[in-house]
Amino acid sequence: MNITLRAWRQAGPSDEGGFETYQVSDVSSDMSFLEMLDVLNERLTVEGLEPIAFDSDCREGICGACGVMINGRAHGPQAATATCQLHMRSFRDGDTITVEPWRATAFQVIRDLVVDRSAFDRIIEAGGFITVATGSAPEANLTPVPKETAETAFDAAACIGCGACVAACPNSAAQLFTAAKASHLNLLPQGGAERYARTERMVDTMERFFGSCTNHGECEAACPKQISIDFIAMMNRDYVKAKLTNRGSA
Amino acid sequence: MEFYRSAVGKKWVMAVTGIALLGFVLAHMIGNLKVYLGEGQLDSYAHFLRELLYPLLPKTVTLWLMRTGLVIAFLLHIHAAASLTLLNRRANTAYQGPRDLAVASYASRTMRWSGVIVAVFLLWHLADLTWGVTPMAPEGWTAGAVEANLAASLSRGGVAVLYIVANLLLGIHIYHGAWSLFQSLGLAHPSYNRWRRRFAQAFSAVIVIGNVSIPIAVWTGWVG
Repeated sequence: MNITLRAWRQAGPSDEGGFETYQVSDVSSDMSFLEMLDVLNERLTVEGLEPIAFDSDCREGICGACGVMINGRAHGPQAATATCQLHMRSFRDGDTITVEPWRATAFQVIRDLVVDRSAFDRIIEAGGFITVATGSAPEANLTPVPKETAETAFDAAACIGCGACVAACPNSAAQLFTAAKASHLNLLPQGGAERYARTERMVDTMERFFGSCTNHGECEAACPKQISIDFIAMMNRDYVKAKLTNRGSA
Repeated sequence: MEFYRSAVGKKWVMAVTGIALLGFVLAHMIGNLKVYLGEGQLDSYAHFLRELLYPLLPKTVTLWLMRTGLVIAFLLHIHAAASLTLLNRRANTAYQGPRDLAVASYASRTMRWSGVIVAVFLLWHLADLTWGVTPMAPEGWTAGAVEANLAASLSRGGVAVLYIVANLLLGIHIYHGAWSLFQSLGLAHPSYNRWRRRFAQAFSAVIVIGNVSIPIAVWTGWVG
């Protein structure tokens, strides 16, 4: 395959940046999107040019490091797929592909396609953990967890924190990320103890960085883990309860 | 108050005030359909509204209580929408390349526009048929002569078109709002999720059909 790639190039956070066009020839349809970028970068390096910076790590869709806007879609055209799992067979020979970094005020571009997602870390620090005394493990069967609850919690826990939800949202809202990270703890007995305090702190921190949900549903459609916006509703309900009933509330 | 300061709190308030406004829009439409029941029916309905709960409360007091509630609901709904829009503008950075939205509906993307236009239309509509202010109100507008005023106003071609367009926009606004409010209030469960969308579709269809039928009926000479 031969591909025309329009890639966003930006030397640093304060650089204005712009699109550069590259011809990438002899692309195998079995390559992943990132492998296609690797091939281009090798050539750029040989030519003495600066390679295109992008994030990647596991390359099997579980780490959440990769993620770019491909032809206006977060992680590209295929549903339930991270950029690293997207194969070039999703495109046609001769296609022009536009690739751009995630855009949100909280996601500052560091270089080319790499953005700073540390606002997500601030949300996790606010409540994305459980407070337990460490020591010997308790008897597992003393804490029953219904199967359906465990399954739902696991659906939320599938979040890899890639940021596609924010990137796809016209409001740059981080509701789906925050809801997933709160719910996978809130639904289970160990995390349930701090359910309302956690939700309150995580939502308040989220709103320092991100926009407000208008229920477009773009996040759910972009999520490589297909996390449902039901979790957003759950978080909204918990937040109201926290504000009205939580005695530990600020 | 601290709850309202948060964006999630504002969306909750938008949903609750949205429900109040949906209730009003539905009751308003049902009341207006009395125009089809024969001459004098709409006038006596208007009269009945002024005497609601009389003699428990003096005349027009109940009406004014309801109006006050509506004005508060409108102001809160608009204030929350405006401040959330500003928050979202600050949070958002535009893409430089093409943007391909996957599922956002026309209604959800145009809520701000449909909302603002419907609000402006509402003022026009009040000036036309409630306050009798020219040039919005038709010639010969008379307080209390509801049916005659309605027929005179809607027999003006441009005005009838305005009412139809405004009600279509109201329907589009409700199509997203009546679904979205469930999410904002946190009402979601796989067992009833599909009914939320159907509820919004049915609600907006009923409102549009009921309201748009009136200018068409006046136009075609069915009424007035």
